[in-house]
Amino acid sequence: MPEGNPQSAAAGPAVLEVRDLAKHFDVSKPWLARVLENQPKQILKAVDGLSFEINKGETFSLVGESGCGKSTVAKLIVGLHRPSRGEIIFDGINLSNVTDKKEANAVRRRWQMIFQDPYASLNPRWRVRDIVSEPIRVFKLARSSEEIRDRVGELLTQVGLSPADGDKFPHEFSGGQRQRISIARALSSEPEFLVCDEPTSALDVSVQAQILNLMKDLQRRLGLTYLFISHNLAVVYHVSDKIGVMYLGRLCEIATASDLFKNPKHPYTRLLLNAIPDMDMTGKARLPVQGEVPNPIDPPNGCSFHPRCPFANERCRQESPQLQKSGDTIVACHAVEENRSS
Amino acid sequence: MSLLEVKNLRVEFPTRRGTLLAIDDVSFTIEPGEVLGVVGESGAGKSLTGAAIIGLLEPPGRVAAGEIWLEGERIDNLDYEDMRKIRGKKIGAIFQDPLTSLNPLYTVGKQLTETILVHMDMTVKQVKTRAIELLEEVGIPAAAKRIDSYPHEFSGGMRQRVVIALALCANPKLIVADEPTTALDVSIQAQIIALLKRLCKDHKTAVMLITHDMGVIAETADRVAVMYAGRIAEIGDVRDVIKHAKHPYTHGLMGSIPVVGHDVDVLQQIDGSMPRLNEIPQGCAFNPRCPETTERCFVERPDLMKTEGSNMAACWKFDMERANA
Repeated sequence: MPEGNPQSAAAGPAVLEVRDLAKHFDVSKPWLARVLENQPKQILKAVDGLSFEINKGETFSLVGESGCGKSTVAKLIVGLHRPSRGEIIFDGINLSNVTDKKEANAVRRRWQMIFQDPYASLNPRWRVRDIVSEPIRVFKLARSSEEIRDRVGELLTQVGLSPADGDKFPHEFSGGQRQRISIARALSSEPEFLVCDEPTSALDVSVQAQILNLMKDLQRRLGLTYLFISHNLAVVYHVSDKIGVMYLGRLCEIATASDLFKNPKHPYTRLLLNAIPDMDMTGKARLPVQGEVPNPIDPPNGCSFHPRCPFANERCRQESPQLQKSGDTIVACHAVEENRSS
Repeated sequence: MSLLEVKNLRVEFPTRRGTLLAIDDVSFTIEPGEVLGVVGESGAGKSLTGAAIIGLLEPPGRVAAGEIWLEGERIDNLDYEDMRKIRGKKIGAIFQDPLTSLNPLYTVGKQLTETILVHMDMTVKQVKTRAIELLEEVGIPAAAKRIDSYPHEFSGGMRQRVVIALALCANPKLIVADEPTTALDVSIQAQIIALLKRLCKDHKTAVMLITHDMGVIAETADRVAVMYAGRIAEIGDVRDVIKHAKHPYTHGLMGSIPVVGHDVDVLQQIDGSMPRLNEIPQGCAFNPRCPETTERCFVERPDLMKTEGSNMAACWKFDMERANA
């Protein structure tokens, strides 16, 4: 690695650094309707000022409820959306400065994405061989068709399928096998960094375990770095090194997996953990969680969580909290800062 | 007497390429006020079992054999009109996606009052009060005002509350809830589970809770039936099934679920996937994935057998143990 972040040298240098990343969508009515009804523009702040870094070889997870902007972050990082504000720095290269096509291709080869729905993310009219080899062809990583064929066979074996499966079409596979194909495709350009957007949400539990085990195994063997996005806290607990909790387009807490689950600081994190069904059946009473996620087009003033927060006071209603260090975790909460969160 | 008794239920789908057997010889009972969880992976037949009970099997699917008894009355052979009177009155239903189970063109109040009018002997004025009461009971704030809103004006969690109110309209004895929390976020899911539990306790309603989420079952159910490839693999008290699973499939399934607080590096995995309906192997349907097969498993299909716990499991393992004893 050419450049590293001295702060996090212990856990390996930062592969990805995100600074004040934001994505705003214009969801206004058409111009004429707006003028006639005398309405202002409506802006949906899907992601609003996100900063985090991911170190080499680790799994960083983003969790949150639907509509909190976690998938938008994934799309911003792989370049499917253009950020409204902020910077994405991949291995020391600021992506907004990369304009040359050749240079862009060289960087882009180094990350890939795995999508949620393996039924929608594979072209039904292509053979598996063509699907898996597309990145190889796009980035011109092989010299001959024999080389491509060998490489595809190798990739399919790596994800637990057989090389002969390359001749089949996606519909001949089950959901779990399809997700294996999309993992093989993601690995074909030999990336260092994988963005996984809910890779197991569409799968049954027994198949989910297979895919999670496979992803962990590949990470160990190939030294991959994952950005893992999920709403399932138990899955996140199982795979992550570090976790960022999102609420309405902002990060409210970043901590290592063990810290977050043992000692959650932000009231929203505590609410989420409290809502996980109790598989151990300890019979402990659970605090009923009040309220729902507000409309992101019109978020509350101050801290966006204050209407649901048991510790909210006047300051929380006025002033939006910033991420601050509190012990080993980073939290954005006035209550934690002022020690009135218990 | 059990509230619901399902005996040797068999559901078939005739297709051009032969008849698919979606549910094969399933029997279970639900006692009054009891929550029976039905879990399984997609395609295991859990939703179809629910649909067969409420008489809403999509054609060409049909009940090919077996009997369904509700409060001592046989309901699987009723004609359409008679079944309509039972559905909603004696059996309520809650489906997965609250947006599709409510009519977008009618206000929530209209849908509630319509259902109450059909099943209950009440005047229009009483019905309106009852509808507001129901909405209040399921936790909709300002129910008297919200009753004139349309489904799209509610959030997902609130819509599911309305659907629960609809299911409760006529004080049914049994509610078939098919994945009631799957479309909801975790924090809302916890609210809905708590609500369902409270209402069933208050009204002494029995629930058949169909879900793929073991966590929801652990929280809610009294007993649980685990389905695999159209059959019940294991059935018993929820604690016994989750903590001391007997059937190799249930055992593997429990190990494959990541749990917060359990530090495991590698999740237990069941290789392969559930067979398709047209490829169910001879003998025990789980035999290609089972780590403990014997010769008998490939020839004969096991029925539910007693184990040492409260569970019954469909596995030859337990027949042998009994023979040896």
